[in-house]
Amino acid sequence: MRDRPRVHDFDWTLLAIVGAISGLGIAEIYSSTHASAMVGMQYRQLMWIAVGIAGMFLVSRIDYHTLLDQSPVLYAIGIATLLAVLAIGHSRFGAKRWVALGGGVNLQVSELMKLIIIVVLARYFSEVRTDRLTLKDLVKVSLLTLIPVALILKQPDLGTAMVLIPVAIVGAFLAGIEWKHVAVGVVLIGILVPFAWHMRNHLKPYQQQRIETFLHPEEDQRGAGYQILQSQIAVGAGGFWGKGFGKGSQNQLGFVPVRYSDFILAALAEEQGFIGVCVVLLLYLGLILRLVDNAQKAKDKAGMFVVMGVTAILGFHVLVNASMVIGYMPVTGIPLPLMSYGGSATAFVFLALGLVMNVRMRRFVN
Amino acid sequence: MAPWTVSDSKIPQGRLALVSYLSVGLVVLLLVGFWKLQVVQSGHFADLAERNRIRYIPIIAPRGAMLDREGRVLVDSYPSFSILLLRDEPKLLEKSLPQIEEGLGITREDLQQQLDAAKFEPKFQPIVIKPAATQGDIAFVESHRADLPVLELMMVQRRRYPHADMLGNTIGYVGEVSAQELEKSDGHYRPGDIVGKAGLERQYNSTLEGTDGMRRVVVNSVGKAVRTLDDVEAIPGKPIQLTIDYDLQSLAESEFADKEGALIAMDARTGEVLAIVSRPTFDPNDFAVRIPPKEWAALNTDTHTPLLNRAIQAQLAPGSVFKVVEAVAMLESKAIPANYTAYCPGSATFYGHLYHCDHVHGEVDLHKGIVASCDVYFYNVGKLLGIDRIDQYATGLGLGQRTGIDLPGEEPGLIPSEEWSERVNHHKWWPGSTISVAIGQGPITATPVQLARMIAAVAKGGTLIAPHLLKDAGGLKAASYPLSDDTVQQLTDAMWGVVNEPNGTTSETVKLQNVDFAGKTGTAQTESFALQNKLGKHLKENGWFIGIAPRRNPEIVVAALVQGAGWGSSVAPIVRDVVRAYYDKKNARMQQTTAQTTPAPSPLVATVGAQHP
Repeated sequence: MRDRPRVHDFDWTLLAIVGAISGLGIAEIYSSTHASAMVGMQYRQLMWIAVGIAGMFLVSRIDYHTLLDQSPVLYAIGIATLLAVLAIGHSRFGAKRWVALGGGVNLQVSELMKLIIIVVLARYFSEVRTDRLTLKDLVKVSLLTLIPVALILKQPDLGTAMVLIPVAIVGAFLAGIEWKHVAVGVVLIGILVPFAWHMRNHLKPYQQQRIETFLHPEEDQRGAGYQILQSQIAVGAGGFWGKGFGKGSQNQLGFVPVRYSDFILAALAEEQGFIGVCVVLLLYLGLILRLVDNAQKAKDKAGMFVVMGVTAILGFHVLVNASMVIGYMPVTGIPLPLMSYGGSATAFVFLALGLVMNVRMRRFVN
Repeated sequence: MAPWTVSDSKIPQGRLALVSYLSVGLVVLLLVGFWKLQVVQSGHFADLAERNRIRYIPIIAPRGAMLDREGRVLVDSYPSFSILLLRDEPKLLEKSLPQIEEGLGITREDLQQQLDAAKFEPKFQPIVIKPAATQGDIAFVESHRADLPVLELMMVQRRRYPHADMLGNTIGYVGEVSAQELEKSDGHYRPGDIVGKAGLERQYNSTLEGTDGMRRVVVNSVGKAVRTLDDVEAIPGKPIQLTIDYDLQSLAESEFADKEGALIAMDARTGEVLAIVSRPTFDPNDFAVRIPPKEWAALNTDTHTPLLNRAIQAQLAPGSVFKVVEAVAMLESKAIPANYTAYCPGSATFYGHLYHCDHVHGEVDLHKGIVASCDVYFYNVGKLLGIDRIDQYATGLGLGQRTGIDLPGEEPGLIPSEEWSERVNHHKWWPGSTISVAIGQGPITATPVQLARMIAAVAKGGTLIAPHLLKDAGGLKAASYPLSDDTVQQLTDAMWGVVNEPNGTTSETVKLQNVDFAGKTGTAQTESFALQNKLGKHLKENGWFIGIAPRRNPEIVVAALVQGAGWGSSVAPIVRDVVRAYYDKKNARMQQTTAQTTPAPSPLVATVGAQHP
């Protein structure tokens, strides 16, 4: 037992995996954009990664117990920011998600909420003394989660809103949810889904369209269905060995939609083939398993819940994004962590990893 | 220390392990998904990716030009843009149609019709939905590249007729290949291809049309071509040189500005057509793009039949022009003595019917019969010859059959005979009809080109030239129906008399100085006397004049027909003008040649000499 956390205790294996994934991402961003008007995008992504790493070290310095202590305050700040962005945020691509931080940098505030929900729910779950979650606990956790979900949905950002839910589900599972509650939950969902289907007319037109498109992709070739189709074509055309770096026609000629961001896996699949996809997905699996390992070695349940919150979000991102690329899920705008181009999303991943390092570094600290 | 930080319960290792297993399972599932696309269905998607990126753009070969005998352009082609509709994504196509309708101003029915026509063509072949795109159309396509990727611009070659309706019927027109032609072509044509539909455009289509090329381009996601993969070059069509003399043609056209009828001027030695006019006519430019159905219907239903090339298709009674054939039959058959005379009191009765003459001619011999065009004289000649002898010589001189001019749709005209009467009318020939036929009336028709050739043949001792419009027409042989010198001399002198003697039917109005100009008038009733009585008025008669110069072994023969002209004598000035223009031009050229210093013997002259020893 030591009394001070040391940088030596950083999870260097985890960081190596993160570095490999980020490197593949940078390479594919370069391949996708070097021959277009967006040339040089990889440098901006590198800058975001650098900013993220700095943030990661910063977050790892603050004892997560201190952060958990402040969780009501953080939650209040998160909700207030979400309300603020609805009031004063500016729109891009038809959604109010960004607040200007000055200097031309816009922060997607819902990314911040992801971090806050991890901390808030970790605090809540660790306060449960037994290894049984009561119904009251479940209701409270649901409320804590669904309030920001509702606010983010209002932006509207279906993807990010959904991302918060796995934190609660994984947390509840680990906190000892009772099987009868799971059963009730499943039945409830069984009732709610048809109801939601019936209520889909109240969704935003773009959301309705995305659902329609997911169910009937061939009917809308230039809309979201067209995107999924083009993504599938890119993936399939890549074959086993891929067409080679910078040689995917679907990617290079722009048939793959937002090929440097949400659909970067399709671009990679076309150019690097099934082999490349295997490498990427196994790296992500390694990342997840390494995170779970960190959770298993956490000093206390609070630390474990923090790490597993991060794991839930990252895992969900990978699962949904990869499924979308091969047409198993609708287009939701959920990027592939560490590979997709994007400042806020990349920063979030590193800050979340900072929380993980934080927990790891303190596993031997009294 | 806050109560929640106390580690009083254990980390749920089992459940964490379960999360790990679940993660492995999900990654395996994802890999299976990728495997299905990238390995199982890889070929299918690779094919789709190729179809995404490669587009076939036809390169249209320009059609060959048409030049006059001196190389002046009568027809050429110019580049313009067509709008193509890509059909390889049917759903997308269906969705885009309303926007296309509005943006390009094409009706839905029209679009659907064109799509239906191309139904069985390979889907990667685009179809032309708008030939001759305007600036606005081009801007519309360019600005909607992203949301209407089914539209594409294509440079095409369009036909241009710089002289508008000059030579309209003879040049003909081009149009989109028809469904039947498509089927017959066995893959040679694609829907929307432009082919010659009438006139020379049709006659020499295979020479004029080139072979279209094909360009394979790589396009990006907004349909912009980023680079060319390969080109199969278009092979331009070959130009054709015509025998037409632009100067004579424009003069002849202007003579017919307000008339209905036809004219054909030929080199009487070679059969080269120097000028050919048919009025009313049309402007082939109207067809060069895509003629609107309404205009097409109007051209087809016009009672003045503008689509008819009268010079080769008008089958009309030749009137007194036919007296020349009669005279040939009389002199050659010797069935009647050459010095046969008849008395003309202004009319005569045959088989109980009264037949009129225009004047009281008194005592008439063959020369006077032709010069003054006495009907009574030729009623008698016809009666003495009989229909079969008339048929024999008329047929020998090329009437009642196509001349073989290189234009589609030439009509044969009709020369009756006893056999014809029984075959077609199922009764014996009425001898009374011979009386009418004798003056070119009744069941007898001829076209202007036939009459021109016939008159030239009489003046040439029976050589029937082969009329043609293509300058390099090889292998044309003049037919021959030898006539005796005496016949030729008598008839050419008589035709000279028509123009130059005081009692000639042209009343000396068309005499030409220094030109040995001869010819024959004709005036043909367009309806029977019975119909005239019924209408209570005279419909105007068709006037003919066939002129030659010089009278023996002529260089030029000109046949003119003016429908509703009244008298053939009023048509003669048209022919005179054309003949005069021909000689003026020839004389001017000869002066130019003699004005030059003694030319060195050139190899060209030697070659020409060798060909005609």
